[in-house]
Amino acid sequence: MNMLILMIAAACIICSGVPGLFFRRRSATGQRLATMINVAAAAIGMAAVLFHEIPRVVAGGWHPAFSLPVGKLALGLDDVGAWFLLPIFLISALGSIYGLGYWPQRKHPTDGQKLRLCWGLMSGAMVLVVLAANSVAFLIAWEIMALSGYFLLTTEDGRPEVRQSGWVYFIATHLATLCLIVFFVLLRVYSGSFQLWPTDVTGLPAGILAALFILGLIGFGFKAGLVPLHVWLPDGHANAPSHVSALFSGVMLNMGIYGIVRVVVIAGTPPIWWGVVLISAGVLSAFLGMTWALAQKDFKRLLAYSSIENIGIITAGLGLAVLGLSMKQPIWVALGLGGALLHTLNHSLFKPLLFMGAGGIIHGTNTRDMESLGGLAARMPAVFRLMLLGSAAIAALPPLNGFVSELLIYMGFFHTLQEATAARWAAWVIPVLAMVGAVALMTFVKFTATCFEGQPRTAAAADARDPGAAMLCPMVLLAAACALVGAFPALLTGLLDHAIAAWVPSHRSIPLAGIINLWWITAMALPLLIFAVGMALWIRRWRRGTCEKSIGTWDCGYAAPGSRMQYTGSSLIQTMARVFRRILWRREQPVEIQGVFPPTAGYACNTPDPLLDRVAEPFLKRVGQMLESARILQSGAAQLYMLYILLIVLILLMIR
Amino acid sequence: MIMILNAILVLVILINLFALGTSRMKALIHAAALQGVLLGLLPPLVVKDVGTLPLLMAAVTIVLKGILIPNMLLKALRDAQVKREVEPLIGFMPSILLGAAATAMALALAGQLAPAHSPLGLLVIPTSISMLFTGFLLLTTRVKAVTQVIGFLLLENGIFVFGLLLLSAIPYLVELGVLLDLFVGIFVISIIIHHINRAFASQDTRRLSSLKG
Repeated sequence: MNMLILMIAAACIICSGVPGLFFRRRSATGQRLATMINVAAAAIGMAAVLFHEIPRVVAGGWHPAFSLPVGKLALGLDDVGAWFLLPIFLISALGSIYGLGYWPQRKHPTDGQKLRLCWGLMSGAMVLVVLAANSVAFLIAWEIMALSGYFLLTTEDGRPEVRQSGWVYFIATHLATLCLIVFFVLLRVYSGSFQLWPTDVTGLPAGILAALFILGLIGFGFKAGLVPLHVWLPDGHANAPSHVSALFSGVMLNMGIYGIVRVVVIAGTPPIWWGVVLISAGVLSAFLGMTWALAQKDFKRLLAYSSIENIGIITAGLGLAVLGLSMKQPIWVALGLGGALLHTLNHSLFKPLLFMGAGGIIHGTNTRDMESLGGLAARMPAVFRLMLLGSAAIAALPPLNGFVSELLIYMGFFHTLQEATAARWAAWVIPVLAMVGAVALMTFVKFTATCFEGQPRTAAAADARDPGAAMLCPMVLLAAACALVGAFPALLTGLLDHAIAAWVPSHRSIPLAGIINLWWITAMALPLLIFAVGMALWIRRWRRGTCEKSIGTWDCGYAAPGSRMQYTGSSLIQTMARVFRRILWRREQPVEIQGVFPPTAGYACNTPDPLLDRVAEPFLKRVGQMLESARILQSGAAQLYMLYILLIVLILLMIR
Repeated sequence: MIMILNAILVLVILINLFALGTSRMKALIHAAALQGVLLGLLPPLVVKDVGTLPLLMAAVTIVLKGILIPNMLLKALRDAQVKREVEPLIGFMPSILLGAAATAMALALAGQLAPAHSPLGLLVIPTSISMLFTGFLLLTTRVKAVTQVIGFLLLENGIFVFGLLLLSAIPYLVELGVLLDLFVGIFVISIIIHHINRAFASQDTRRLSSLKG
């Protein structure tokens, strides 16, 4: 019954964009209809996940009557999947509401229908990815998700930079699928069935197991955006419409994490080095992602890099859980996986909030460049407050949700010190993560300060206004969810415990409540809240008492200060950028000032993705040059091509 | 049964050689149509119990390969006002010789494939391989678009013959799907021929290389 409801919900979401195709291009009915279907289906789906008892492990699941040449489709759900389903439904529904204000059909007659069709396809396909109980169903859903994602990213395909980033995404997603196909083929060969999660492979040779892990990690790592594989992520997110970025960052990256969560337990207890690899990859992603985020000028790229950081933290937590499994430490498993899963959910709450806020800024000012904003706090008060809350949540400040999940992961790593095991080195992760947290805080201080504080740097920023209710309501809901999870995390422990228990059925897990009493966070949050509100009231009263005078500051004898003379975001982080210059690898045009009365000088700096800009692109260009000589084969004559085929057929017939 | 089967297969091979030797396109299309009809007769001969599905398949094959596709090609030919393949890359006589050599080689090579040792496969496999080669020969040595289509058609006929052995293993649905694909493919190509003719004032596919990027 439960399964049937979920399947109907997924089918409705998949089809939600279809009715809109039959309306006229400027008619708003199609969009309203799509939103209604999407929201209703998502609500039903979430209710089915939350209010029904989910069987621990659904083996076999549901089989349709028809079979494909490669096998049957099977769907099923366990508690791990249920945890990942919630954000899909939530963000899909909220994003489609947001789209009513952000991407109205009236203003986007050419691409609105395409966007909503692919929106439905992608959200529904992600539900199916989680529901898939065999590799055939999984790969089909995965490809639908990846391809409709491509069309979502390239919504504005008239712009060359959108097409460019679309290409990079396309290549990345195909590489990912390639790895996954090999992964599933190997799995099929050695387990003898297409059945997934749990896969029944036992007694595999270590080499095959290692190959499976590496393939799965690369395949799913591409989607999740782990560091050497993240190249598609920043530009893709920056160039997509903001609610699409929200769906990508908030939910689609989770699908990569979901895959990794499943891959590490394909053979029951994983070897120790898997945990080591995951922790290293996670810490590397977190560190590099955050450092790169710090230097960005385009605020959507900044948010995209911050996603890489969050994915890194999640992966590190997951690595700890894997380590715990292989070293028989249930506390590490509970804290690591619990923290990772909770952070996945949290990231699906605050990152869409931030991306939607970013969309609000773009809506009001038509720019993604932080350096041309400023002073938006007074002009877009609602967006400002919501973004402030989102920034605080993502910088893991209490009493918001980011704090809770990172606390669990930190505690997990502290526990590695308490046991006299060989894994004490893992505690090294703590200072690195702490530093990443500090850089995150700084990044979001820079972001809020540059965009919202000070004076507007351009006329566009000066004329900005808050967006309408359709865009604000989803953001308010997400912000409320952030605060709620932050203040009452104990409410989620039930679901989390189920998920941890379902992860490896043979593993005896201990409930989170037995390790840490999360009600303490609630108890601490209330005084903090009272203190903050009291401070705000006190400051307001104090300010009312003093009379406000508006006088110019001492201006170094320069009598005509302009708003462009304010600290820019780049100058705010200049020291940090210098410290991290070897990691940032910026492209700079240094200032050349000579003499006592220098002529006009200019300075420009740009932070493209170091890996894409300095490694991948030059490498591929070289490969392209080397393959130039192979173009002789491509003469253009159809007859010659047929001859090639004939030769191949002959050779194949000759060899036995 | 086997006798009739083998007789048809020999006829099919003869048609192949004729297709390689003729320069008149109309004759070529007629030959392909005849081959299609002959192939349509095969499925009921091969299966043990003749049900509706083999008969349906025979009917579909005959209608498509014997009537619809040749008619489309004839119409394309009329539109394009082409009568002969004037300048093949390899002459007609050498083509026939190559075709004969290919058939001989097919007989020699067929022994390597496992199904060739079943009583049915004795002639079926060599025929299909020889048809594949004939199709390839037409595709590689002729330049007119219509001839290319015929080459493609013969190639597919070869695959069809090969498929006869697997009739019990592959669902009929797949075979019918392949037939449908072929029909749609040729439908599209005959439209394209029309456009090639208008754009290049010729049907010479070698000129298509000027489209190369």
